[in-house]
Amino acid sequence: MNSLSQISAITMMNLHNLPARIGSSLVIVVGIAGVVAVLVAILSMAKGFEATLQGSGSPDRAIVLRGGSTSEMASSLSSQQTNLISTKPGILNTDKGLLAAKETYVIADIRKRANNSPANMPMRGVDQNSFEIREEVEIVEGRNIEFGRFELIAGIKAADQFQGIDLGSELNIRGAAWKVVGLFEAGGGIYESEVWVDNVVLRQNLKRGGGSNSLFVKLESPADFDVFEQALQDDPQLETNVLRESTYYAAQSVSTTAMITNFGYAVGIIMAIGAIFAALNTMYSAVSARSVEIATLRALGFGQVPIVISVMVEALALAMIGGLIGATLAYLLFNGYTASTWGGTFSQVSFDFAVTPELLTRGITWSCLLGLIGGLFPSITAARQPITVALRGM
Amino acid sequence: MSDTLIEVSNVSKIYQRGKMDVPVLESLNLTVDQGDFLALMGPSGSGKTTLLNLIGGLDVPTSGSIRIGSENIDQLSQGQLATWRSRNVGFVFQFYNLLPVLTASKNVELPLLLTGLSGKERKKRAQAALSVVGLEDRANHRPAELSGGQEQRVAIARAIVSDPELLVCDEPTGDLDRTTADEILELIQLLNKDYGKTVLMVTHDPKAADHASHSLHLDKGRLIEAQPA
Ligand SMILES: Nc1ncnc2c1ncn2[C@@H]1O[C@H](COP(=O)(O)OP(=O)(O)OP(=O)(O)O)[C@@H](O)[C@H]1O
Ligand SMILES: [Mg+2]
Repeated sequence: MNSLSQISAITMMNLHNLPARIGSSLVIVVGIAGVVAVLVAILSMAKGFEATLQGSGSPDRAIVLRGGSTSEMASSLSSQQTNLISTKPGILNTDKGLLAAKETYVIADIRKRANNSPANMPMRGVDQNSFEIREEVEIVEGRNIEFGRFELIAGIKAADQFQGIDLGSELNIRGAAWKVVGLFEAGGGIYESEVWVDNVVLRQNLKRGGGSNSLFVKLESPADFDVFEQALQDDPQLETNVLRESTYYAAQSVSTTAMITNFGYAVGIIMAIGAIFAALNTMYSAVSARSVEIATLRALGFGQVPIVISVMVEALALAMIGGLIGATLAYLLFNGYTASTWGGTFSQVSFDFAVTPELLTRGITWSCLLGLIGGLFPSITAARQPITVALRGM
Repeated sequence: MSDTLIEVSNVSKIYQRGKMDVPVLESLNLTVDQGDFLALMGPSGSGKTTLLNLIGGLDVPTSGSIRIGSENIDQLSQGQLATWRSRNVGFVFQFYNLLPVLTASKNVELPLLLTGLSGKERKKRAQAALSVVGLEDRANHRPAELSGGQEQRVAIARAIVSDPELLVCDEPTGDLDRTTADEILELIQLLNKDYGKTVLMVTHDPKAADHASHSLHLDKGRLIEAQPA
């Protein structure tokens, strides 16, 4: 018994029949294309977000927060504390002194360029060392702020996104007018979604006194983190929470990434259930329309397994076409698409959707699975139908 | 010196319709000799198709045994039965049951896909079978491009292409006009006489039965020998 030629004969017959059933076959293709496109798009959002946040941190930098705080916004440090922290071992010492920067992180109300909707813009008060610590920050238009003035530089993603961030214009935030003097890049990381001003000016404007939210430091090397952390812990005058910058942003991204990913799968699964029913329905009617043909083949001696396989092949072929279309759509529409506004600690993060090869593969794998499920039951039903009953053509 | 090809012993067939038993054949006995052309007649619903399907190995009896040649086919598994059918039985149906997407030649080739024959050899044999039924010039036509009589000839070519001993025909002329029906019946008769096929044919048509070497009547699940016309 030559089962391969059996399978190919029946499959050929089924596929030849496809044009006659183009309408119902499209149901599978379109249904599955939709599932894959949506799934891949949402997962690419999570991927892009994750990549942006994880790319923001460096292991040889540390952020010191008040003990018990896990985010900058919820932290505050006095000048006394930051001065004390700055004396600890592990901090890189250059001709510009010890690389520690007092920074303040606040949210400013602003409107989006795209749809005029209100949004929260992250605003960071920085000092001179902030630029020494973050070598990736580079002014790409205009100039850097002059300390002591109401001047502002904006990350390119923030400038893209928010109204009023135009070189030379003034931005009114909390009763003060900030002059936009420059735009900067930060290696694609999260800082590009922020605007930066002089920490001292900012805190005066907010009437917050001389402290800061956090202290960023550059370590002598990534390995010196432990020394630095130990020194902070050993000091009874200090109650701090110190993290590597990379750890800090990775941790910030985890819950949001997981949330987007879970959301993606939840939507994907709901849509997949719909697509499976559509596929089942299509394949059931496809095999029932051919039940006499299938019974005839079986009367001639064709086996049940080749029949099951050939029906599965058809469902799989349709599903894969759908999967490819869906993945291509997701890629064309969403790869590199910039999104923003993500809740959580980061009021406003801009990031690019990343439709990676891995996600495309995942989408197409899903389409194959859906095709297999959609084809399995109808194919088994077709193969198990008693020959004599099917031959009666009822 | 006629050998018995088919021996149906004490065969009953009870269908299940929901929870109800539908007895169709009861303790039926029948022997058919090698080279016979037997017509099976009887009122609608009497169980002719049921009996034919049992002998052709498309279904299994509820009880009793069926021997075809040296094989007790009621003892075979589904898979074994499929293989047995492919080697020993040719089927001819009332509505031809050709695959519409395949050409006449490809339809005839179908049973040969179950053998180890090369594509070239399959084609050759399909062509030969088509010339037996007088349709060698229609090899590349699809069923939709053929008349009913021609379709039935293709189906007959398909039934004989793997050279089975037994031809099982369920109302082969039931869907054809008189003239075409007679041509088909003559073809079947030819296969019986010149090619030595044992033929079992169900028919409602007394004139069709005339082509057979003898006829049996099935009534209420029992067989009665008919008088030769
Ligand atoms: N799968 C089945 N389940 C239940 N009953 C069945 C089944 N197949 C056939 N029957 C019943 O068995 C009886 C005999 O059917 P069968 O098809 O063998 O009759 P027939 O003599 O071929 O009739 P016809 O001349 O109309 O073709 C009928 O009453 C039919 O309804
Ligand atoms: Mg019948």
